[in-house]
Amino acid sequence: MSPIVSFRDVHKSFGAVPVLKGVSFEIPKGQVVALIGRSGSGKSTALRCIDRLETIDRGSITVCGHAVSDPNINLRKLRQDVGIVFQSYNLFPHLTVEQNITLAPRWVKKADRRKAHELARDVLAQVGLLEKIDAYPEQLSGGQQQRVAIARSLAMHPQVMLFDEVTSALDPELTGEVLKVIEELAKQGMTMLLVTHEMAFAARIADRIIFMHQGLIHESGSREILRSPSTPELKNFVGAGL
Amino acid sequence: MAALLGLSPAHWAALLSGLSWTVFLSLVGFLAGGLVGFGVALARISESAIVRRISLAYVNLIQGTPLLILMFVLYFGLPVLGLEMPPLAAACIAMTLFSAAYLGEIWRGCLEAVPRTQWEAADCLALARWERMLLVILPQALRIATPPTVGFMVQIVKNTSIASVIGMAEMTYIGKLINNATFQPFRTYLVIAALYFALCYPLSWLSRRLERKLNVAHR
Amino acid sequence: MNYSFDFSFLRDYWPMLAEGLVLTVQLALMATVLGFLLGTACAVASTSRSRILRGLVGLYVEIIRNTPLLVQLFVVFFGLSSLGLKFSATTSAVIGLTINIGAYSSEIIRAGIESIHRGQVEAGDCLALSRWQVLAAIVLPTAIEKVYPALASQYVLLMLGTSIASQISAEELTAAASRIQSDTFRPFEVFLVVAALYIALSFLMRGMFWALGQFAFTRRRRLGTPL
Repeated sequence: MSPIVSFRDVHKSFGAVPVLKGVSFEIPKGQVVALIGRSGSGKSTALRCIDRLETIDRGSITVCGHAVSDPNINLRKLRQDVGIVFQSYNLFPHLTVEQNITLAPRWVKKADRRKAHELARDVLAQVGLLEKIDAYPEQLSGGQQQRVAIARSLAMHPQVMLFDEVTSALDPELTGEVLKVIEELAKQGMTMLLVTHEMAFAARIADRIIFMHQGLIHESGSREILRSPSTPELKNFVGAGL
Repeated sequence: MAALLGLSPAHWAALLSGLSWTVFLSLVGFLAGGLVGFGVALARISESAIVRRISLAYVNLIQGTPLLILMFVLYFGLPVLGLEMPPLAAACIAMTLFSAAYLGEIWRGCLEAVPRTQWEAADCLALARWERMLLVILPQALRIATPPTVGFMVQIVKNTSIASVIGMAEMTYIGKLINNATFQPFRTYLVIAALYFALCYPLSWLSRRLERKLNVAHR
Repeated sequence: MNYSFDFSFLRDYWPMLAEGLVLTVQLALMATVLGFLLGTACAVASTSRSRILRGLVGLYVEIIRNTPLLVQLFVVFFGLSSLGLKFSATTSAVIGLTINIGAYSSEIIRAGIESIHRGQVEAGDCLALSRWQVLAAIVLPTAIEKVYPALASQYVLLMLGTSIASQISAEELTAAASRIQSDTFRPFEVFLVVAALYIALSFLMRGMFWALGQFAFTRRRRLGTPL
């Protein structure tokens, strides 16, 4: 079976600054991959390229059979297959939790009101926030907002979920509830790519770790590499993180 | 001399005099209105409830009535009460009352935008009330107030055109006279519009620039 | 000063005042609705990628905002008719007022659109919403909610501005007042009454905008956050 995400020799620079200098990797169906590295190593950019929030300069990216690097790509088809959760939640402030979740299913997939409502209840139950269905985002804690954002993505039944430092804006005591939801998704076999600073969490749930350094994949492998890194850079990074 | 834009030199001379009256009326509106408006702003944040209420009533009265009606009241109404009112005087008073209400509200907002802590800090230094206002609050409020004040000057210039209705010979009035003579309304009023634009656009531009500068400084 | 007020003209002339009042309300209402639509369209166009479109909207907004409404109405009513485009006074007033308030609305709404965080649009894109869906479901509702108070006060000013339509012989409230005062020679009383009507109307409008805001922005109503 072809991989869900595949990067081949991807190059990307912002102006004169190269951010990705030839990145290649694959995520097979059902795998959970953690992308780690210092800030500025290019990990968030790599993630954003998958959903074509950034365009690449060279190389190719294929996601769920969509040639992302093709300029004529049907973006809306791609984005129906990819769920993405941001550091800053980006919930729509003027809509209730339910409306946030059902917006895309109703407008994009033309689901009827009743079906959309059922869908909202399903995904909210999944993230443990069913009782907040009628709340507005500003009535929720950061952790709850992030869980709603995850539910909103899940409602589109994506084939892969991308998490871009989703706990970085949260207080430590709220981080756990979000990580628990992600872990639950991993158990259900969701294909996922996480950009994260939570080393212990990555070590617990990731099938594979990719360590990025200066725009390149410096070291990758099973979660074992976090315990016994083979390059000094990763050793350094892990040492600093723990 | 050949006609420029279809208007004879005599027309242009008349327009120029109209333009200068427009500028004059705008200046009166701004200076006299500003003076009264400053009083309105202070009265609106006064410690006395009665003063606050009276100034609020004044603002609501002016901001709730069209300027045209205000001019009518002054121009047609006051002579009946025995006060002679030439168009120029009526227009000047109307522009002053009008500008004072709007500038007063704009400036009140700017005074209130100076953080509460600054007022308290000044009090703690045992400054008298006028010292607090003059030395601490006004310098800070002035910076915030400049862009919207310049922006409101555009409104003043444009609204002087309404004085044409009571026969004040400013630019729009001259435009009407020229139109009556030439029967070229489209051309005439476009020229008039262009002249207003030439007066107003620099002010709009300046206001926007000042505002951007202020926003950058605040970040 | 020895003046005795005499409001007896109201007995004979109130129907004329009422008719003028109705037209004033109609003018204000039509120009508000049409100007809001025009302004929204222009605000969207001014954030478009096309430079020509942005330039055209910018030109329109600047021209309107830097020239008097009275002159704009003259151009529409006298100017266009001399070119063969003849409209009635009322139609001209609606056209002129709409073009005028459209420019102001556009500026206000554009400011609202620009204040929206980029992440909001990105989130909409990532949910596979089309550009127009993002605009209609996310950008415009939040932008308009943000600038609603500014829009509302602009529309109250517009209502007061309808008085200028009297100068192109639209028979609204101010025109009715002028007619009555020249019949009765009671200018002071007539204009006082009319001023009171305008003040009442502007308070009424503010109240209506408040109610409309409560109705339209469910979140504000539910959470009790002021507009």
